[in-house]
Amino acid sequence: MTAASSPAVEVSGLTVRYGDLVAVNDASFAAAAGEITAVLGPNGAGKTSTIEVCEGYRRAAAGTVRVLGLDPATHQRRLGERIGVMLQEGGVYPSARVLDTVRHYCALYGKGLDAATLVDEVGLTARSTATWRRLSGGEQQRLSLALALASKPEVAFLDEPTSGVDVNGRDTIRRIVRDLAAEGCAVVLATHELDEAERLADRVVIFDGGQVIADGTLAELRTGHDEIRFRSDPNLDLPALALSIGMVASQVGTDEYVIDAPPHPRLMAQLTAWLAEQGHPLTDLRAGAQRLEDVFRRLTSGKDDTA
Amino acid sequence: MSRFLTQLRTELQLTLRNGEQLLLTLGIPVLLLVFFSLVDVLPTGTADPVDFLAPGVLALAVMSTAMVSLGIGTGFERSYHVLKRLAVTPLGRPRLVGAKIAGVAAVELVQFAILVPVAYALGWSPSSPNWALATAAVLLGTLSFAGIGLTMAGRLRGEINLAAQNGLYLVLLLLGGMVIPFAKLPGGIRAVAHALPSGALADVLRDTLGGNGTQPGASWIVLAIWAVVTPALAAALFRWD
Repeated sequence: MTAASSPAVEVSGLTVRYGDLVAVNDASFAAAAGEITAVLGPNGAGKTSTIEVCEGYRRAAAGTVRVLGLDPATHQRRLGERIGVMLQEGGVYPSARVLDTVRHYCALYGKGLDAATLVDEVGLTARSTATWRRLSGGEQQRLSLALALASKPEVAFLDEPTSGVDVNGRDTIRRIVRDLAAEGCAVVLATHELDEAERLADRVVIFDGGQVIADGTLAELRTGHDEIRFRSDPNLDLPALALSIGMVASQVGTDEYVIDAPPHPRLMAQLTAWLAEQGHPLTDLRAGAQRLEDVFRRLTSGKDDTA
Repeated sequence: MSRFLTQLRTELQLTLRNGEQLLLTLGIPVLLLVFFSLVDVLPTGTADPVDFLAPGVLALAVMSTAMVSLGIGTGFERSYHVLKRLAVTPLGRPRLVGAKIAGVAAVELVQFAILVPVAYALGWSPSSPNWALATAAVLLGTLSFAGIGLTMAGRLRGEINLAAQNGLYLVLLLLGGMVIPFAKLPGGIRAVAHALPSGALADVLRDTLGGNGTQPGASWIVLAIWAVVTPALAAALFRWD
């Protein structure tokens, strides 16, 4: 976020209830124009409810939400002209054809965008006359993205944009998302694919139990959590290793180990020397800041389902 | 083109492309009208079966479009999150609902433009028909059936809604005085049939188009009640996702 820019999306003390169930509890975060903000969290963490309030689709029980300075609850139609929305699934008439659907949304938004150009941008020109129900999962995602682009959005809410998309399709979607941000759009990306968030996000907001438990850049979230991660034979003699290098290693997989320590060259040398002395192989070695996946697990108490 | 007209055009395009809906809204009413007018097997009680059948089939056409076609289509759109997606466009919910209602009205116009000439061709000879009153009755019938269709579409899952709408269509077709005269129904069922929107609409149309309704005054009241209650119910109970 540049110092001068005001957030395109501001969520403050947001609470969303479904009857007695509190889905979102006093959540606050912001997303800036020109940045990609990834919203992560386990199942039922409150991500989708929060985004739906931002889109003006759902009402908040408490708190303040401003998107482009407008209250989505009272300015849904005005806001609808300026935001792009990509749902996690569906959103299109099953019998509607690709080009017809994009043309329909281009007409609804009235921004003068050419439907055929949008279809081409998401790589679906060859499927222009196919109906939604005939598209693969990845193609459906790309069509949904085209509909989000039809508004020429200033804020784009993208829910699982790469879910079920093949490698080439992912590259296309990542390029489009980066281009959107580069053009000044605030992209809010809800995803369960941590790798996707790591590749794309400038900022990460992590939800758990309806609350925001972390909010910052990837570098900020990783600060103070360096590690050395390596693979070798299963069931190494870890007490002996600890005696040798002066640090405790934990086994985190059949043949995978982690030492929670900064990757000091001397420590790395001690580790590799001990493995060599003991006749163990070193099949993989990574050192430095924790991966987002590890940050996420640490923050969400080891829950591994992020859908 | 305005957003409303854009949405209306899409609604009509999808209806025209949907073979099942065309069969339901045009194929079945025309088939019933032609077949039972030419093959005199129904106990219509009129000299020419088409004089009984024509108003009943017009009522059936209204029910097919406003309840079943609208209800099934909307139910699947809800299941596929189409409604949710459209709700966050500048179209907004009121214009989306408005476009659906206009779509129903457009299809009904087409139905009447086909069914009325077919009925005349089959020998229908209504005595001093009051088309203005008939139009008012169709409007009330449309509101009643649309309310029922949308209430079901807004609460039931797609496939269950499909089955329920078709099942209700069949029940109302048989018990609604559309092709089977009220007088031929068993006593208890007859009373229920008069209280149904299908029965009330068919009776009112028979009265306004041929002067041979069975209890037109009561039927107008019944129809008006349905036309107020079911849209209110739909507005209160409808879930967008």
